[in-house]
Amino acid sequence: MAADSPVAQLIRAHRLRPTELLPWLAAVVAYFVFASYLPLGSQILIMILFALSLDLVLGYAGIVTLGQAAFFGVGAYAAGIYSVHVTGEPISGLLVGAAAAAVVGLVSGAIILRTSGLTLLMLTLAVTSLLEAAANDATSITGGNDGLQGVAINPILGRFDFDLYGRTAYLYCLSILFLAWLFVRGLVHSPFGQTLVGIRENVVRMHSIGVPVRRRLLTSYTISAALAGIAGALLTQTTQFVGLTVLSFERSGEILIMLVLGGTGRLYGAFVGATVYMIAQDQLAEADPVFWDFWIGLLLVLIVLFARGGILGLGDRLVLRFRRR
Amino acid sequence: MTAALQTVGLAKRFGALVVANNIDFRLEPGARHALIGPNGAGKTTFVNLITGRLMPSAGRILLNGSDVTVLPQAERVKRGLGRTFQINSLFKGLSVLENVSLAVTEHAGLGGRMFRRMGARRDMLERAFGLLERLGIADVAGLQVKHLPYGKQRLVEIAIALGLRPSVLLLDEPAAGVPSSESRIILEVIAQLPASVAVLIIEHDMDLVFRFAERITVLVQGAVLVAGTAAEIAADARVREVYLGEREHG
Repeated sequence: MAADSPVAQLIRAHRLRPTELLPWLAAVVAYFVFASYLPLGSQILIMILFALSLDLVLGYAGIVTLGQAAFFGVGAYAAGIYSVHVTGEPISGLLVGAAAAAVVGLVSGAIILRTSGLTLLMLTLAVTSLLEAAANDATSITGGNDGLQGVAINPILGRFDFDLYGRTAYLYCLSILFLAWLFVRGLVHSPFGQTLVGIRENVVRMHSIGVPVRRRLLTSYTISAALAGIAGALLTQTTQFVGLTVLSFERSGEILIMLVLGGTGRLYGAFVGATVYMIAQDQLAEADPVFWDFWIGLLLVLIVLFARGGILGLGDRLVLRFRRR
Repeated sequence: MTAALQTVGLAKRFGALVVANNIDFRLEPGARHALIGPNGAGKTTFVNLITGRLMPSAGRILLNGSDVTVLPQAERVKRGLGRTFQINSLFKGLSVLENVSLAVTEHAGLGGRMFRRMGARRDMLERAFGLLERLGIADVAGLQVKHLPYGKQRLVEIAIALGLRPSVLLLDEPAAGVPSSESRIILEVIAQLPASVAVLIIEHDMDLVFRFAERITVLVQGAVLVAGTAAEIAADARVREVYLGEREHG
């Protein structure tokens, strides 16, 4: 088979490209250059992981959801409760957050993924609302409206203590995000990931080629829930607090906006969207504390109007135009 | 001999509307069989019942002798049932090669693999590419399907179905909407299908039907009007009345 045959081209398309290492290089550079912004950096890394989890279901499998905060919140609360009542050991805390969110994803997905379209959208929203109401009600476990108090996290691997400047938290979040990215990248480039794309593109045809569509969707939904749970657990561990906002509709909406801003179904849309959104939010809130969300809204309107496919989609089009010249 | 595909008293009702009425049908192994009938006769409904897109109200469906009536679509495909669609049903944002490799990979039982790159399965991709070569569309393997002319998209439809290595292949109007210059290629492809595959073609083009089919079943208002050899069907007055006659006058 010739090196430039379609088969060889497709094989190359699934290989790791040098440009895929750019986000990691940028994250390491940011650690040294923006040392006073590391707490914001940790928040960005957490949101990237959260957006990555959403991209798996929305961008790849085509599951339209407004309920991703359910898993983020469950992961956040599970890690918090675990640290209060069991141990403050962070790695096992992350695993507890992932497992709790995965269980909620599996159970709710088994029910709601039988539907599609608007019904599914409303049901994802309903699951989040139910969990938020339950967290508000179960004051003795969650702290209710006051939030969960007494979260204390041990040093990572028994050695690296969380410091005031957020250095340990940043490197911790970066390491977890890197591992999650390795996993998700492998997943979307695997035959399983390709079937998710096939389901998004044409579910009828996927049935007719023998794909157990619902099982594949449920698997991806559960994995996505676990990843969102890890993101939530990271938030708990780095801020040492869990409040009801982790389960709010705004949280689901915000992460959707970040992903749309960066570009869905591209893996790196999560990186670009979350970073741009969080930095814009930080800067705009400083410049215009009252109307900052107006400017965010305006940015999104411009992206939707003039850059379908998000910032990365716009970049692709510019590169294409440049090459044609 | 066990039929490749058989339906016994197959029926489908939507309330008072009967769209398939007690259909007894038999497709022999390796057969070249056509299903014809005027518009609204229930041909595509019949295909959808066989493939499991629709569940029957009554009757049984036997695939290579085993009852698949209540099995989901995916299970029927695993047992050797392949189909094409009357209106192209492709993965338009993917390349031609990716379209076919999805079917090939799933058929090989590798579609659920999570921890191996798609590109690591070169054998799957080469098998898919081989199919494209056989169908004469290897030159467009790297193109997105949405950029192909309709006739070539019809060939991709067939390539996907063949990627499943079916023992029973249902072709729902494979040449529909294709210019005659391109439909010739589709006919050649159908003529060259392996003899081991039983083929049921649903078609309006009578030239194609009489050239292709050894046996023909005529469906009218959801029920079998008559079944027989091509010569018997051509000579049947009822068929001329309800179908061929309709074409001559219409």
